[in-house]
Amino acid sequence: MPSVSEAEIAGGVRRKVARIRRVAQDAYETFTYWAVLEDPITRRAYRFEPGQINMLGLFGVGEIPLSVSSDPARPLILGHTIRACGRVTNAFKQLKRGDQITIRGPFGRPWPLAQARGGDLLVVAGGLGMAPLRSAVYTAVRHRGSFRRLVVLVGARGPEHVLYPNEMDMWAGWLGSRGIELLRTVDIADDSWAYDEGVVTTLFPKARIDPRVTTVFACGPEIMMRFAVRDLLALGVPDRRIWLSMERNMQCGVRLCGHCQLGPKFVCADGPVFRYDEIADLMEVQEL
Amino acid sequence: MGEMASTKFLERATFGRLLKTLADAGYELIGPTVRDGAIVLDRIEGVADLPRGVREVQGPGAYRLEHTGDGRLFAWAHGPDSGKRFLFPPHEVVLSASRENGQLALTPPPLSETKFAFVGLRSCDLHAIDVQDRVFMIADPAYRSRREASIVIGVNCEVPGETCFCASMGTGPRCSLGYDLSLTELDDGFTAEAGTPRGEELLEGLAARDASEEEERASLAVTERAAEKMGRTLDVSDMPELLYRNREHPRWDEVASRCLACTNCTMVCPTCFCHDVIDSVSITGTEATRTREWASCFSEEFSHMAGGDVRRSVRARYRQWLTHKFASWIDQFGTSGCVGCGRCITWCPVGIDVTQEVAAIRATDGQVRIASEVAS
Repeated sequence: MPSVSEAEIAGGVRRKVARIRRVAQDAYETFTYWAVLEDPITRRAYRFEPGQINMLGLFGVGEIPLSVSSDPARPLILGHTIRACGRVTNAFKQLKRGDQITIRGPFGRPWPLAQARGGDLLVVAGGLGMAPLRSAVYTAVRHRGSFRRLVVLVGARGPEHVLYPNEMDMWAGWLGSRGIELLRTVDIADDSWAYDEGVVTTLFPKARIDPRVTTVFACGPEIMMRFAVRDLLALGVPDRRIWLSMERNMQCGVRLCGHCQLGPKFVCADGPVFRYDEIADLMEVQEL
Repeated sequence: MGEMASTKFLERATFGRLLKTLADAGYELIGPTVRDGAIVLDRIEGVADLPRGVREVQGPGAYRLEHTGDGRLFAWAHGPDSGKRFLFPPHEVVLSASRENGQLALTPPPLSETKFAFVGLRSCDLHAIDVQDRVFMIADPAYRSRREASIVIGVNCEVPGETCFCASMGTGPRCSLGYDLSLTELDDGFTAEAGTPRGEELLEGLAARDASEEEERASLAVTERAAEKMGRTLDVSDMPELLYRNREHPRWDEVASRCLACTNCTMVCPTCFCHDVIDSVSITGTEATRTREWASCFSEEFSHMAGGDVRRSVRARYRQWLTHKFASWIDQFGTSGCVGCGRCITWCPVGIDVTQEVAAIRATDGQVRIASEVAS
């Protein structure tokens, strides 16, 4: 059997077997699978940056692209958050502690935290968009002194769709000590909901955004990002300081399969995180 | 390469010996042969399998073979196949896995030992291999091993098809890259030019004589005539910008009203590289296989995401294909994705012609479809 080539390793093509340690329900039909790479050498060497993607594979079922939702400073255990809604994701739902998966990666361009240094970091998450952003929040908290304000805006369809609700409460509790300003809203509230009601962009006035110093990381449904960008630009935030994480069908992670193309960009490798002005003209085109 | 090796001449019998030499050296001969009413590329034994005395008539949505009765082996343009079918096979196992007692074991397939000798590829198809090299060579070891083990005997095009436009794309009709040997068929044999040291060795082994000046001139005349007989032209100026700034052009709606989204164009295209990765499992549940299969941006599920398909309309899918081929490919890989072979025109069941589509957009550059006609 031939050994794995250098190119495969460089391209992250080599598959790693991992074992599930814990499955946590983190929203409606949404679970975080905490997994540990089996091979100790691979495990200790594995690093990822916030916002990067792994391809997660299930024996005989398929592979799906997922951003790592856990803390990049703790790469020994990897969290990936999955909403069960398709063939592969529903198969993931059957997984329990001790089951094995495969992991390829990490792929793609991460959130550029260094770009926000010295100013305010505004995180805007819509629904599952919190998953790729959580790793950025962890990193920002770890380097809290590098930023002025750290503002996290969370939106979801309804209370049961708010991702990581317990963690949100924890972040809210940190308000004094670590200085996270957390604002939460849902499109349609119920009696259980103690926070705002409305789409995530309705939080912008409350967030007292200072367009001169603010860098934005946003992820959510494309329609939400489009409206968020429109309002941010109107507030005077420059397009070069708005960063978005895009989603497309991905089957390889290494600009081979062609599925993730967004105009000339391969979202798997050129993204998933893009600076808004890089893709502004592409986002305006329907069905591109 | 150093000093230019001189052009040689291969008698018809010597050409036969060339094929035998390659076969004896362990190469699997891949060449043109007539099957099911078309010239296809497949495994061949020798000269007898080549399409002798055959020519094809190509047109939009039309391909027909005619028998000329002469002794020519390469007096035709091309069929639906290209080197792609062998270097990037339509269906390939990329990973095998087994699971016993809850333990997963992954086995990448061994690299193939097959050495291909391609015989009779046209200049467009040599350029197509060069285009696919830019996609696969670095990240795909299986492609790279097949590619590096292959030997390529190009044959210059004498009779381009009615749908051909390689001269516009700068990719033909005379072989200019990617060949070990480039042949030109004349009445009594072939002129032969080596493109690599391996090609030179082959010619030395055949003890081929130098071509006469007259034969060299005749060889050049073949491709000069072919360039003049090119069935179509395509203006590539202002690419990629032309297509980037016309994403809302009404022509996309018009062509979508004819396009069947059948995927034929992407299957016969020698450069289309998109593929699906598909997992399957044995009935015992202990063995799983991951395969890579040609995919097409014309299928709706190509752009499937949890939130829905991105390119729901045929308009968006045709725009993706044409814009990728002629425009974004340049940004991605530093070359056009089109080599001007015209197969997409010939094998389109409704005869959609990319040269006409690009020309139509160019003629009404900047036109935007009327908002009231835009479907929600």
